[in-house]
Amino acid sequence: MTSFGTTRRGVLAGVAVFATPRLARAAPAAVSVTPALIAAAVKEGKVAHYTSNDLTLATTLAKRFEAKYPGISVLLERSGAERNYQRVSQEYASNIRAVDVVTSSDLGYLVSWKANGWTAPYVTEEAMRLAPDAREADGFYTKETFSLMVPAYNSQLVKAADAPRAWSDLLDSKWKGKMVKAHPGYSGNIMTGTYIVTQALGWEFYEKLAKQQIMQVQSAVDPSQRVAQGERLVAADGAENAAFRVQKKGGPVTIVYPTEGSPVVPVAAALMAAAPHPNAARLLLHFISSGEGQQILADYGGRSFLPGVAMPEGLRPTEQIKLLHADPAAVALAAEDIRKRYTRAFGV
Amino acid sequence: MSASSPEAAPASGRGLPGWFDPSPVFFGLIALLLAFVVLLPFGWLALFSLTDEKGAFSMENFSELGDPSLFLGPFVTTLGIALGVGVLACGVALPLAWLVSRTNVPFRRTLRGLIMTSFITPPFIGAVAWVLLAAPNSGLINQYYRALTGAGQFDRLVNIFSAEGIVFVMASYAFPYVFVLAANTLDRMPYDLEEASAILGGGRWHTLRRVTFPMVLPALLAGFLIAFLQAMTQFGTPAILALPAGFHVLTTKIWSLFQFPPRTHLAAACAIPMLFVTILLLRGEKFLLGRRGFTMIGGKAGAPQLTNLGLWRWPALTMALLVIVVTVLLPNLILIRASMLRTVSDAWTLDTITWDNVRLVFGLTHTRATLENTLITGVAAATAGTAFSVLVAYLTARRAVPGHRFLAFLATAPAAVPGIVLGVALFIGYTRPPFQLYGTLWILLLAFLTIEMPPAYQQMQAAFRGLNPELEDASRILGAGRLKSLTSIVAPLLKSSVAATWCFVFIGTIRELSATILLTTSNTKLVSVLIYDLNENGELGAIAVLGLVLMAVTAVVVVAANRLANVGQMAPGR
Repeated sequence: MTSFGTTRRGVLAGVAVFATPRLARAAPAAVSVTPALIAAAVKEGKVAHYTSNDLTLATTLAKRFEAKYPGISVLLERSGAERNYQRVSQEYASNIRAVDVVTSSDLGYLVSWKANGWTAPYVTEEAMRLAPDAREADGFYTKETFSLMVPAYNSQLVKAADAPRAWSDLLDSKWKGKMVKAHPGYSGNIMTGTYIVTQALGWEFYEKLAKQQIMQVQSAVDPSQRVAQGERLVAADGAENAAFRVQKKGGPVTIVYPTEGSPVVPVAAALMAAAPHPNAARLLLHFISSGEGQQILADYGGRSFLPGVAMPEGLRPTEQIKLLHADPAAVALAAEDIRKRYTRAFGV
Repeated sequence: MSASSPEAAPASGRGLPGWFDPSPVFFGLIALLLAFVVLLPFGWLALFSLTDEKGAFSMENFSELGDPSLFLGPFVTTLGIALGVGVLACGVALPLAWLVSRTNVPFRRTLRGLIMTSFITPPFIGAVAWVLLAAPNSGLINQYYRALTGAGQFDRLVNIFSAEGIVFVMASYAFPYVFVLAANTLDRMPYDLEEASAILGGGRWHTLRRVTFPMVLPALLAGFLIAFLQAMTQFGTPAILALPAGFHVLTTKIWSLFQFPPRTHLAAACAIPMLFVTILLLRGEKFLLGRRGFTMIGGKAGAPQLTNLGLWRWPALTMALLVIVVTVLLPNLILIRASMLRTVSDAWTLDTITWDNVRLVFGLTHTRATLENTLITGVAAATAGTAFSVLVAYLTARRAVPGHRFLAFLATAPAAVPGIVLGVALFIGYTRPPFQLYGTLWILLLAFLTIEMPPAYQQMQAAFRGLNPELEDASRILGAGRLKSLTSIVAPLLKSSVAATWCFVFIGTIRELSATILLTTSNTKLVSVLIYDLNENGELGAIAVLGLVLMAVTAVVVVAANRLANVGQMAPGR
């Protein structure tokens, strides 16, 4: 059925054509916040932000934005990146243009949306201060932060000596029935991470993992919470920033940085081309990439691209972690296959 | 002047001429409207199941149903669960209904009120509460079990993430439906038949079995049907309990087919067998009831006499209380507990108590709007749905229009369509001209009306079945039209059933999740969807807060509705 819009695959055929030889289609010039922009944004009065950042972080960011710009309220739609993708596709197929800004932990579909024209290029002056690879080449999205997809374990119930150190350790039969994991059909973090792990270890890894009687949850925020509750001993995956937050709240959770490497999951924000509140949307993008926005994101365990942002105490410095990267366009191409194979292996 | 007195009005000849009865036109319109509301999504469903992605005719979808992992497995699981729920719900509800309605068990009124409390808990909130109580490792029940018995770290008493767990939770929130139907019927049942049986030498057990039970049977079957169909079409509970365990029921499978890229045609084909199951069940009900007459309210009715249980009153009370503790008290206590804790696994001490969850919930940008949306759609759907079901039940019970059988079918048919499929059908049907309703509350209202029609209709129909037509016949012989006899004879007699139906529908909309989840947009979000979002996010503390608020609001509305109905009943009849 076609009423949900063009399929991802169809779009990507187009992406492949123009993404490989990076044609000189320069990003627009960086824009700074002007009184006129603020006035126009206030006149619009609200901005709809569909975000995959977890609820507390997204709410905090929204509140701070509202405090900085009185008269603008943020309508928050928090769900997994994959779920938001589905929602926007549905809405656009029915000619509903509700969303202004999308924050996604799956860059794959931001690549698709660049290709089909759903997003618009916009580069904030603040974003120019971020590390260069935070900005999409043509300005169609800007990375807010990056997180990692990592395992974790309950430090009260598992001795450090017994804890898993590598992805492959999760296949040990001693963890059978004692693990929880999030779903790549819901979470962009897990989608991106699953792609990277299958590249590194092959699908056999997940096929074997599926035989471990895993408790299947949806959001990448959830596994570390279940582990802290003692429902399971080990989180087979999950978002690093979420596990870090559980830790900070006093939850007995220890993050594992696997010896094979930790998948890097960038989280990026994009402006919708048909945003009903375009000025408020732009203002929100400015705020996210500003020092203030970056500090909030970092406080919640996101790894900032802005040099000089203070990392929260207790989070392992990036230089000490072996990182594994993915090309967003490749993730987008593999997404459908990942969902299918994952469901076949895990049953849900 | 007596011209203004009500008795004089018809005689004065004002308004329509005496021979003109507007009823047929009005009833015809109702029938048409129902046909439209029900047939549109069904049309889409049929069309989609028989076509491929390009819109060409194809049986491909149905041939794919043979795939055990796609359809057969989830289908069998679903039927097993639904059967379990139907039997368990009836097994619990019938004795309870009998106890509070026909025996001298202590605190009968309080018991009845408490059972009704379980009725206002949406199953998906109940499911979350039971995760907190009975998750295999972190569940409180299992923790106490290990502490008390000294069992090992991974030993468990109960595991809610299982088919049995799902049956248990679904039955916990389905049995009040059966209970209400059975208790209402028992309340209205005249004593004289039972008395006759006793006079003729029938023992207490014999009377119960041969007289009381057959009279409750229609309500019981209707109750079983509701419990079964609810279980078959429910989405929230299995999504919360089955997916973590790594298996699907049919609704969650269908829902997964809508994940990107959506396979709507296949999903439509998956829903068709549910339709057949429902039709079979409805036929079965009719077959079992046969042609036996169950008219219970005649011109006069004796007050029911209570069975004296003697010393058995106390075990009976204990049993009733146990049901209430398990279905109402425990889940609500655990929600209150979770709402106050930073992490749900914390011990409950002064140090760990926090307002964080309350702050989180009311700090969300959507909370107020979702609560408002939920109330608006709930009240609107309940009012419109009740009016509609009274009319349709009347038309079919009294065979007032040609084709009333078809009308009955239309009113019960939506029960066979999982909310999630209806959601998609409505989504497709109302996202394009001439009816562009997606993104508004209207599409939700329409969904609720369609979904709640079967239970509302079932209930009103059971009520009509118990109402002897001789009363209306008398009014019609005296010159009243059907509409007039409906409003001035039938409606007052059925006031409590009407109020109950209103509450059924209202609560039904609060409990609905499967269609809602596809039909809401960020601006038309309902609390049920917000709770589901929070669950996927693992925010159990926030769910506890929101769930308690939702239940409190529901309780207030339901109590107010019942007050209103009772006030009307108590008004002097002159």
